[in-house]
Amino acid sequence: MASIEDFRQEVRDFIETSLPAQLRVGNRKDLPGAPLGKWITALVERGWVTPEWPTEYGGGGLDRKHAAALKAELKAVRAPIISSFGTSMLGPTLLEFGNEAQKKEFLPPISRHEIKWCQGYSEPGAGSDLASLQTRAEKKGDEYIITGQKIWTTGADKADWIFCLVRTDTDVPKHDGISFILFPMNQPEIEVSPLHLIDGTAEFSQVFFNGARAKAEHLVGPVNGGWTIAKRLLQHERSVEGGSEGGLSGAAKETYVDIVKREIGFENGVLANATIRQQLAQQELDAQALKLTMARAREEARAGQTARDIGSLGKYRWANMVKSEQDLVMTALGSQGLGWDGPGFEETQLERTKAWLITRADSIWGGTNEVQLNVIAKRVLQIPE
Amino acid sequence: MGLILSEDQLILRDMAKNFFDEKSPMERMRTLRDTNDDTGFTRELWKEMGELGWISILLPEALGGADMGYGELGVVLSECGRALAPEPFMSTVLLGGNAILLGGSEPLQKDLLPDVSTGDRILAMAFQEQGRFAPYAVETRATKDGGGFKIRGEKLFVLDGHVANQIVVVARTSGSSGERDGLSLFVVDANSAGVEVQRTQMLDGRNAARIRFEDTAVDAGRVLGEIDAGADVLDAVFDRATIGLCAEMLGTFEEAFERTLEYLKNREQFGVKIGTFQALRHRASEMYGELEFARSVVRDAQSSIDDGRDDVAQMASAAKARCSDVGNLIGGEAVQMHGGIGMTDEEDVGLFFKRLKAAELTLGDAIYHRNRYASLRGY
Repeated sequence: MASIEDFRQEVRDFIETSLPAQLRVGNRKDLPGAPLGKWITALVERGWVTPEWPTEYGGGGLDRKHAAALKAELKAVRAPIISSFGTSMLGPTLLEFGNEAQKKEFLPPISRHEIKWCQGYSEPGAGSDLASLQTRAEKKGDEYIITGQKIWTTGADKADWIFCLVRTDTDVPKHDGISFILFPMNQPEIEVSPLHLIDGTAEFSQVFFNGARAKAEHLVGPVNGGWTIAKRLLQHERSVEGGSEGGLSGAAKETYVDIVKREIGFENGVLANATIRQQLAQQELDAQALKLTMARAREEARAGQTARDIGSLGKYRWANMVKSEQDLVMTALGSQGLGWDGPGFEETQLERTKAWLITRADSIWGGTNEVQLNVIAKRVLQIPE
Repeated sequence: MGLILSEDQLILRDMAKNFFDEKSPMERMRTLRDTNDDTGFTRELWKEMGELGWISILLPEALGGADMGYGELGVVLSECGRALAPEPFMSTVLLGGNAILLGGSEPLQKDLLPDVSTGDRILAMAFQEQGRFAPYAVETRATKDGGGFKIRGEKLFVLDGHVANQIVVVARTSGSSGERDGLSLFVVDANSAGVEVQRTQMLDGRNAARIRFEDTAVDAGRVLGEIDAGADVLDAVFDRATIGLCAEMLGTFEEAFERTLEYLKNREQFGVKIGTFQALRHRASEMYGELEFARSVVRDAQSSIDDGRDDVAQMASAAKARCSDVGNLIGGEAVQMHGGIGMTDEEDVGLFFKRLKAAELTLGDAIYHRNRYASLRGY
C-alpha cells in the first residue's frame, strides 16, 4: 500500500478533479443532484464509499490508517459524506456474521450506493424492551412468511430492502427466539404508513407485514441467533451517532455560542444575562468533558488498561448535550424561536426551531436515557438487580 | 496526552495508595481532629513524604527536586484525597511553594526550598480578605520603608497559617481593591514583629488562620515577581494550585462514591438490597458519569501545565467548576444514600462530605469558575 503521505496526495488529486466547488459545503439536503451523482460515481469507482471493505465486495481495501487519511482529506474540504444504513450498519454486520453468498450478493450493491436499506427493529410493544418483539417469521419451504408490525422505521417509504428482527421461536426465553433476516420491501404484502413527527417531518414510518416473504437463505447467522447480531448492529448505530455533530445541516453554520452571544448581547464586556452566561459556560464545559472522556476511553482501551463499557455513558451524555444545546438556543432566540412557517422568520430560525424539536428524540432513540442509566448501573457499576 | 496514567504513574499510585493505607487510616484524621492537635497534621508523616520525594516532585533537580510534573503530583494528591490526609500539600507545595518557585529569585529559592522539601519548613499563602474567593480584592497595603517594605492589613482563610514558618503575602503596592495591577507578593517570616496569627478550625478538621499584619517589615529581597505586577505570578500560582486541589478532590469523591456503591450493594431494606431500587440505580449511574467527566478534565488540566499549553487558565477553571459540582453531588448523595447512619459522626462518609465542601470554597467555587471560564472564552 502507498505511504500515507503519497496516499494523501492521491486523495487530494482525486478531490481536485472529481469534487466541484458547489459540493464543498458539507452535508446539506439541497445539494444539486447531477454533480452529486457524478461525485458518488467517482467514489464508487475507487471503492471509497466503503473504503475499509475488501475489494472483492466493492470496498476500497484500505487499512485503518489509510481510511482515516481519506476521511480527513474529505472532511478538510467539507465533501458531502456518502453514508447509509447499508454502509454504516448492515454492511459491517454482514462482514462479521454473513455467509459468503450473502456477502457476495449484498455488499457490492451497498458499496455502489445502489440499494436503499431500512432497519426493522422497534415495534409498538417493543421499544426500550426491544427483545420482546412479536413480528413472526414462519418457515414454509425455502421461504419465511412474515407477519407483524414495525415502527420508527427510518426511510421505509423509500427503501428497497429491509434488515429485520423477527421471532422464529415463541417457546423459548425472549432473547433466544429472534432471527435477523433480509427481504425486499416491494411486495404487495407490505404496507408503509409515514409517521408525522412533532417537527413536521415524516422520515419515520410504520410498516405492516401481512404475510411478506423472505428467502430462507437470506436469514443471517444461525436461526434464533439474531439477538447477538442485533446488539452488535446497535453498537455500529451508537458509533455513528457519537460521530455526528448534533443533527444540524450545513445551513445552520452559526454555533450555539455565536447565537447566544448575538441574541443576548454584551454589557461591560460580558454577556448581558448572568444566568445565561453560566449556562453557556456549563454547556461548553460539558461538551469538552464528554470529548475528553471519550478520548480517554479510547486511550485506555489502546493501552489495555480497562475494558469499560463507555458506550452507554457516551450516548446518555451526548443526548443530554445535544438537547441542552438546542434549549439554550431557544432561550436565546425568544419568540423568534417559535416560528413554524411563512414570513416573519428567517430560514435559519425556522431550522433552529425544528432542530430543537427533533433533538428531543436523541434521548429516546438508540436506547432511552433511562435505559442507558440502567445499563450503566448493571454492567459498569455491577449493582445486582 | 496524559489522559491515562503512564506505567510509572501507575507504580507511583500503588506506592502512594499503600503508604496511606498503612499510615493514614481514618482514625488518624479523627484523632487529630478530636484531640485538637496543635499542628493539625502529622509532622513525622510529612517528613516521610519528603523522604519519598513527594514534597519536591515539582522542583527542578538543581533545587533537589524530582523535576516531574502535575501528572505525578496529581497521582499523590488523589491518594491523599482518598485518605483525607490533612498534610500541607495545599499550603506548602501548591500555594507557598509554587509562589516561590515561579516568582522567587534564585538565592531566595535556594534559601527556602530545600528545607521545604524535607518537610521541615511549612509555608502558607495569605491572599484572601473576604468570604468569597476574589483574587484581586486586596486592601492589605505594602508601603516602601527604607530599603524594604512594611505590610498592613488582615487576611482570612490562610491554610495552615497557624504553623507556617514563612508566609507569602499578597499586598497592594498601588491602585485600589479589585484591580489586577498594583499587587505585589512578599515572603514574610512568621516570627516577624507585627504578625498576629489566630488559628481557625474548619468543618473538615483542617486549619486555617486569620492573620493581621501590623506594619510588618519585609526585606526587598523577599519580593516574588515584580512590584505592582505580582498578579502575573499570582495567576499562575492559583491556576496550578487549583488544578492540584482538583486532583485531591478527585480522590476524595472517588472514595466517597466507591463506599456509597458498596453500601448500595450490601444494605438491605424491605427485604432486598437497596441497590435494586431503580431510583437509586439511576442516581448512582449519574454520579458515575460525573466522576468520569471529572477525571478526564482533571487529567487534561494537569497535562495543560506539563505540556506547556496555553490554555492552563481555562483548564484550571474547567476542572474546578466540574470538581466543585461533582463534590457537592457525590458528597451529598453519599450522605443521603447512607440514610440515618450517614448523619452520624461515626460513619466516615460525613468526613468526605465536609472535606468536599471546604475544598469547593477554596480558590473559587463552580459559579466563580464558570464566570472566569466565560471571560476567558470571550463572553
